[in-house]
Parts: sequence; structure tokens; C-alpha cells
Amino acid sequence: MEVPIDWYLSLSAVLFTLGVVGVLVRRNAIVIFMSIELMLNAVNLSLVAYGDKFGSTESHVFVFFVMTVAAAEAAVGLAIILAVFRRRQSTNVDDVHLMKW
Amino acid sequence: MTDGPSLEMVAFLATAAAALVSALFVVFHRNPVVNAVGLVVNLACIALLFLLLRAPFLAAMQVIIYTGAIMVLFLFVIMLLDLRVELRSPRSSSFQRGMAVAGGLALLGLLMLAIRGSRGGFTFQVANDPEFGSAEDVARVLFSDHLVPFELASVLLLVAMVGALMLARGLFDSPSEGK
Repeated sequence: MEVPIDWYLSLSAVLFTLGVVGVLVRRNAIVIFMSIELMLNAVNLSLVAYGDKFGSTESHVFVFFVMTVAAAEAAVGLAIILAVFRRRQSTNVDDVHLMKW
Repeated sequence: MTDGPSLEMVAFLATAAAALVSALFVVFHRNPVVNAVGLVVNLACIALLFLLLRAPFLAAMQVIIYTGAIMVLFLFVIMLLDLRVELRSPRSSSFQRGMAVAGGLALLGLLMLAIRGSRGGFTFQVANDPEFGSAEDVARVLFSDHLVPFELASVLLLVAMVGALMLARGLFDSPSEGK
């Protein structure tokens, strides 16, 4: 029996939700970043599942671009985190509260 | 058509369980190295699922780009910052954490509703092409219809590289000569 697409989509939804909870709950900037990568991968899974069901290669190309942008984002984001760490000696996002009202 | 679970279904269930457990490790464990290793396992499980979904090129790209480059970068940064176990910050409130989990459950309910509601109404056109999802197949679409975004992606990577170098330039200099 073939795996119904709903299973893939449900797994993608649960992974995405875990990523969202990770971004909201965790205080370490790097772990927040990892949760964002988790969200991106959940969406990639959804895209590939639909691409398989519709026989569309365009979704594969879409996923390829998502991976590229995620790589660029990871490089710049981690450089920013390193720069902030150099100033404050802390990756805790609660310590970066200068612009908080 | 055979009764009972097929090999594909068993493989999916095992990989999905591993992906879920490792995602829980990513989000809820306090040691950042365990988070990173959990994410590596999760990304590898996603690559396996890509293989199940007839996307061999993307599975290879997932392993090379995500686990092979991005996660290595994460682990290097964790090593450089010498992070310890994350302590409870005095400024975080348990109300916020409770609301975050509640919000997450609401989001999950909404997504499940959307998935249920999207059932039916399609006619799936399945590609019987054995070359589907291979590198040739993706390249044929990528380099014809999507050539401009491809070139823009390379420009984006160049910009990201320059940006990362600029940001990290003064990282190991003495503070007085930072520019």
C-alpha cells in the first residue's frame, strides 16, 4: 500500500510546529537558528511530497532554491551571532534588549 | 496490491519516528551540542524521506548542503563560542513558555485542519518516468525555465560570503583596532 500524502504533510506540520516552539521557547541564539532550519526543512518535505504526487519537477527546483537561501542565511546569521557574542560574551537573546520598550 | 504495510510504509514510519524524536532533542534538550547532533539526525531523516519521495538529487543535495556544510558550520560556531549547557535565564518567564507551547499546539491544529480540508478535489498526475527527480530531470527544468533565479542565487551566495567575511573580520583582532 502506498504511503498517503497526508502522512508526509502531517509529519511536515509537526516538524514545523516544533520549530516554531523552539524559536519561541529557547533563549540561545544558535538554538533558535537551528529551529529555523527545522522549519525550513519541514517546508521542503511538504514541497517534495507534493512534487512526488503531482509528478512535478518544479517543486524540486523550488526546494533547491530554498536550500541555497538557507545556506546563505546560515552563513550570515552565524556571523552576526559571532559578532554579537564578541561584544557581549553571551548568546542569550534576553541579554540583547537595548531596543526593547 | 498486497494487504498490510508495504516496505515503503515501514520505511516511512521508521524514518518519521526518528525525525520526530531528533526534532524533540533539537528543541528541548539543554546542551547545544546535543541540539546540533539532533538536527543532523533530523536532516538525514529528511534526506531519507526525499529518497522515498523519488527525489534522489534533492536527497544528495540535502546531505551535502545541510548536513555537510550548514551543520558543520553550526558545530564550529558552537565550538568557537564554547557554549555550555543553557541555563534558565532569570528574564524568561514560564508564562511565555506556556503561551509558546499553547500557540504551537494551536498552530498544529490549524495545520492539521488545512491538511484535512485539502483532501480530495485533485487528480494526481503521477509521473511514471523512471528518470523523475534525477539530476538530469532537475537540471532540465532548472537551466531552462529557472535560469535567472539560478544566476540570482549565485549572486546571493556571493553577497552572503562577502557579508560574513565583513562581519567576522574583526573577530580575532584586538578591540582597539576594530574598524
